Amino acid sequence: MLQTRICIALAFIAAPVFASEPVIGLITKTETNPFFVKMKEGATAEAKAKGAKLLSASGKADGDNAGQVTAIENMIAAGAKTILIAPSDSKAIVPTIKKAREKGVLIIALDSPTDPANATDALFATDNFKAGVLIGEYAKATFAGKPAKIATLDLLPGHPVGAQRHNGFLQGFGLQSFDAKNNELAKPAAVVCMADSFGDQAKGQTAMENCLQKNPDINLVYTINEPAAAGAFNALKKAGKEKGVLIVSVDGGCQGIKDLKNGKIAATSQQYPLKMAAMGVAAGVEYAKTGKKPSGYTDTGVTLIANKAIAGVDSKDSKTGMDMCWGNK
Amino acid sequence: MPSWKDHIPSIGTLGPFLALLLACGFFSFQSEQFLTGANFSLILQQIMVVGLIAIGQTLIILTAGIDLSCGMVMALGGVVMTKVANDYGLHPIVAISIGLAVTAGFGLLNGLLVTRIKLPPFIVTLGTMNIAFAITQLYSGSQTITDLPAAMTFFGNTFGIGQTQVAYGTVLMLACYALSWIWLRETAQGRHIYAVGNNPEATRLTGIATHRVILMVYVLAGLCYGVASLLSVARTGVGDPNAGQTENLDAITAVVLGGTSLFGGRGVIIGSLIGAMIVGVFRNGLTLMGVSSVYQILITGILVILAVATDQLSRKGGR
Repeated sequence: MLQTRICIALAFIAAPVFASEPVIGLITKTETNPFFVKMKEGATAEAKAKGAKLLSASGKADGDNAGQVTAIENMIAAGAKTILIAPSDSKAIVPTIKKAREKGVLIIALDSPTDPANATDALFATDNFKAGVLIGEYAKATFAGKPAKIATLDLLPGHPVGAQRHNGFLQGFGLQSFDAKNNELAKPAAVVCMADSFGDQAKGQTAMENCLQKNPDINLVYTINEPAAAGAFNALKKAGKEKGVLIVSVDGGCQGIKDLKNGKIAATSQQYPLKMAAMGVAAGVEYAKTGKKPSGYTDTGVTLIANKAIAGVDSKDSKTGMDMCWGNK
Repeated sequence: MPSWKDHIPSIGTLGPFLALLLACGFFSFQSEQFLTGANFSLILQQIMVVGLIAIGQTLIILTAGIDLSCGMVMALGGVVMTKVANDYGLHPIVAISIGLAVTAGFGLLNGLLVTRIKLPPFIVTLGTMNIAFAITQLYSGSQTITDLPAAMTFFGNTFGIGQTQVAYGTVLMLACYALSWIWLRETAQGRHIYAVGNNPEATRLTGIATHRVILMVYVLAGLCYGVASLLSVARTGVGDPNAGQTENLDAITAVVLGGTSLFGGRGVIIGSLIGAMIVGVFRNGLTLMGVSSVYQILITGILVILAVATDQLSRKGGR
């Protein structure tokens, strides 16, 4: 007990040194998904540059709401005045965010919005519908009127990001689709198979295998992200069909761009998690200094990266994609 | 009845407590926010769901069983109680009772399969874990249930003790631990659970209906998961169909860290509370320090191995 008392005393002596350093919390969906690893890198670098202290935490798995609730509480206890969060469950996190904001904490959603979106002070994220539209347009130009038999490897039921990319892709391809606010997946006749990949390579492969069972003539595959695309490619290769099938995806991760370079993926819409996090940290530091809060939605940008440029579609090559994979530079 | 031996703390009971103290000591050196009443109250709130699941899990492990379905059954209970309250406008107490009945029903199902058809608990609960998950998703349509009546989230509210805000849920959890501790120590029923876990055959020969004891344990565990559902709903403010995904292993971890033997028959229920606190303290402390929670997973893994090794070695040493 005496030791703990001494250490409390020491802590009080040490405390003023850090008092002026704003504390910013970053809560991602998982610790291991490369997308969130990048996001954390971006936040760490920006915090270092701006003289802020960054605390980071995450759920244990995608969908672990309770873990994110715990992380928010712990960060408030640690004195964070700004918390950046990529919500694992857009609805379930809302009551906890409300409590935090009542305590004067600035909450910025990164990557995915909450439901309702105005539950957080601001949102820094990719325009997922636009990301879908870009690869849809690319596929349309490549097909040039040839009839398409489409498989979509989606995220999971009811997820807004999954719906926006899916519907955006179909719209870009010129098919009947829903708008960006709709969380339902459109299913025009050209879509012969729809399956959930959970954004996972193994599950994406299984989904594609099943789709090929259903319809062996599939010639265009949309995937929610590049791990799912890699899975789809494996399934096609095993079936000896990798040559005639076009795979398009979203994300633009470094591994994804490598797969694009190797010809597994034809085109991908690249997003920038590093930038999302850096902008979030900058906004948090600004809030600590001036009390000014950001608001509304900020588009963090999306770029079409394609292995082969095609006339009439604006795209960047794999070298640019590699240089900027998830906002490297 | 308890013998004099029960009053001497063994390494199994002291070890977890020492580990908790050491962890607390370490973190109070690392972060000035750690050693405060408010922070401890927070940690207790954070572990209340796993803490309650761990009560049920401890009872089952004491009979040399195991329950993998606990987290999913907890999620199902939460979805049922919130959805029936919202869909039919039932009084919250009625809705909560329905949720408790559903989780206790799952306990009954587990218990019947274990005692009547004599399936291994691991397999039975592996099956019911998936069944409970699927029913949860189907019943909720994979949608989070929001806009709950205030009474459903009552246990998430706090009251002040001096400067510290304490959640009603924490009080409920501590009360459940106190009750189950007294019940296990001081009643014949409680002692039968230990006896069944130690040597089921000998226990049966002394005239105790071992199957009835095991069935009762599974039903009680189901009830504990129901109370955990209520606490989970109160803590997050929603009925979450994706809750409970990691809680089964978290609860088993808490029980093992608390010194209850996975081979059955040995352990103290309060140990499970301490086990849950150890995990909660690491998660909280490392966040306060700004260290990645991967270290929490690393440390928890090491502690689990140490705890089981201690149990095994003390068994070999004869008792």
